[in-house]
Amino acid sequence: MAEGGGAVEEKITMMHGGGGVFMNMLIRGHILPRFDAGGPEPEIPAEHMPDSAVIDGIAFTTDSYTVKPLFFPGGDIGRLSISGTVNDLTVVGAEPLAVSCGLIVEEGLPIRTLDRILESMAEAASEAGVRIATGDLKVVEKGKLDELIINTSGIGVRSSLLDANLESAGRSLESRWLTPLNIKPGDKIIVSGTIGDHAVAVMTAREEMGIRARVESDAAPLNGLMREALKVGGVVAAKDPTRGGLAALLNEWAEVSGVGIMVDEERVPVSEQVRSACDILGIDPMDLANEGKLVLAVAPHMAEEVLQSLRNHPLGKRAEIIGEATKEYEGVVVRTGIGGLRYLPMPAGDPVPRIC
Amino acid sequence: MNDRMKEILARYRDRDLASKLVKEIHRLAKDLPKVRIMHVCGTHEWTITHWGIRWLLPENVDVRAGPGCPVCVTPSSDIDDAVKLSLEGVKVLTYGDMSRARGSRMLSLEDARALGGELEVVYSFRDAVNIARKNLGKEFVFLGAGFETTAPLTAYEVLKGLPDNLSIISSYRYVPPAVGLISQAPDMRIDAFINPGHASTISGMKAYKEFFEEHRKPMVFAGFEPIDVLLAIYLILKQIKSGSPRMENEYRRSVTWEGNTRAQMFLSKVFDLRDGYWRGVSVVPGGSMEVKERFKEADARLRYGLREPSGDDFPRRARCADVIKGKIDPPECPFYMKECTPATPIGPTMVGAEGTCRIWAQHRVTRSVRADG
Repeated sequence: MAEGGGAVEEKITMMHGGGGVFMNMLIRGHILPRFDAGGPEPEIPAEHMPDSAVIDGIAFTTDSYTVKPLFFPGGDIGRLSISGTVNDLTVVGAEPLAVSCGLIVEEGLPIRTLDRILESMAEAASEAGVRIATGDLKVVEKGKLDELIINTSGIGVRSSLLDANLESAGRSLESRWLTPLNIKPGDKIIVSGTIGDHAVAVMTAREEMGIRARVESDAAPLNGLMREALKVGGVVAAKDPTRGGLAALLNEWAEVSGVGIMVDEERVPVSEQVRSACDILGIDPMDLANEGKLVLAVAPHMAEEVLQSLRNHPLGKRAEIIGEATKEYEGVVVRTGIGGLRYLPMPAGDPVPRIC
Repeated sequence: MNDRMKEILARYRDRDLASKLVKEIHRLAKDLPKVRIMHVCGTHEWTITHWGIRWLLPENVDVRAGPGCPVCVTPSSDIDDAVKLSLEGVKVLTYGDMSRARGSRMLSLEDARALGGELEVVYSFRDAVNIARKNLGKEFVFLGAGFETTAPLTAYEVLKGLPDNLSIISSYRYVPPAVGLISQAPDMRIDAFINPGHASTISGMKAYKEFFEEHRKPMVFAGFEPIDVLLAIYLILKQIKSGSPRMENEYRRSVTWEGNTRAQMFLSKVFDLRDGYWRGVSVVPGGSMEVKERFKEADARLRYGLREPSGDDFPRRARCADVIKGKIDPPECPFYMKECTPATPIGPTMVGAEGTCRIWAQHRVTRSVRADG
């Protein structure tokens, strides 16, 4: 009998798009090694997969958006496509300037629908104070695509607040940008509000698995909120917990920084509706995607003040300090609601339905 | 979720109550020798691992996961037969986890589908019935894995009448005799049992009486919140300390002595309890639910001339069987989190949401908590 392993040819599966272990394997095994040459060296090493590359002082990022349905409570694919790219620029410490708008449309999409989505993009861009500066339009035959895919790329420049912010950390740092390489034991981990709202809102819109929670997606550009934190200072790393949620983000941070992270589960803000939906489905809110939340690592002496500054902003009212970096453990450890300890793993992909 | 539910949940997840119980457990365990407690339900293992309960227990209290995962104990011959039928053009309907478990030739139903076989994942047997009804020109087989928790729904549909084009491979297993068997296994040295809350809600506590009386080891029927499990451990230690083993019900909000008599009636009308193979364990006397002669047209074993269920057929050197029995913890298997991960499962214990390896892997547990190996 064989020892392990099937003989079936490896193919791309939906798991590869889940933002977890599989996606990481694909990117590190197949994509990054092939592109590791040419042009000026990025200022944050590509192997750490920062949300934006920084080349010659310019932050640069790209992202493609495919969501079903196109409209969901609290947002739509248009709002998502601008917020996501603005946020990817924001979290490395850049101030976003401009984004592009690449539309790939399935034949037959009502122009009225497209109009609504474009309006929503314009609105999100104006909230963020960025210009939608260039774009592209392709139409593909009916059935070759599910309605619409949007690609947005964005550029930004170093935030004028970043130097003073890093200075306030009061220690020497690995990078002059915001990256998990800067995290040291003792740094506090802050999340800017309730987690899982976006994922549950989309699930509700799909009417999947009988979930009818009254939850709105949190999709929003976060550069304004980020500015408040940088004004206070002491922020050494930042990221928005999208696919794979808080679990993927913290595991990535622990891996890149080589420092353990301890999270107090009770302090992680989760709305009641999301908590109920998760209980019913047997999933962990920490695995769920968000589109309008910031996670910050902050030097301990600045953490309380940064927390207050977030709470004073409309997008950060429910911000909490959820844990801290520690050298006592490897990876991400959760103190559970009853005081026990467990590891919080990198999500593998989408959960398989349970049978008993 | 309504407010009443929320209130109950909050009470059973209360941190202060938990720390009080933990303190009591430490006090009771102080002058006891090693106590080995087994539960036989994947959901209990999930609760214990997810809430980090082992970390809170004294060193001499060892809680082990027994055969409580339906996917894990489904004989490899049943998976092989389903794979074969699927490749021959009979559409196999089964649960998501079951479709990923591999049989003797390292082939799962999902692998069979990639090779051109027919498979559709369903959430319940009723879905299977509806699918078969909508496609009367096609043959369907339902691979039914599970315990007395899921089997009554299947029995109910059989009693209502199945479409002619649907039959069942019954891999349903009955838990109480398995507890009896483990109770007397000398190599297991189990001192007490946390009995399954869901399965016992159906069977009632009465189903365990003969096995309790035979071996007189503490049995506490427990629910699935962290306080439920801590309370069960506390009650077991109290019984051991006082030297008076009992069958005790911690899960009164669901488990009764008689159980769900309506579900029991469905089961007894449709299934015979026979000696049956539990993968990784052995033949469990009266531990298997086979379709009664009366419903032979619904029995895929008869319709397609399938074999008697048998066979462990785990990959060489893999220790799935010892994990299923609860003899070892997953990290003691040479493949755990090396070749065998939730992404690349080799054995069934890494596939099922209730498989011990899968639950440990999900929580990235890499160290055994047992002191004596």
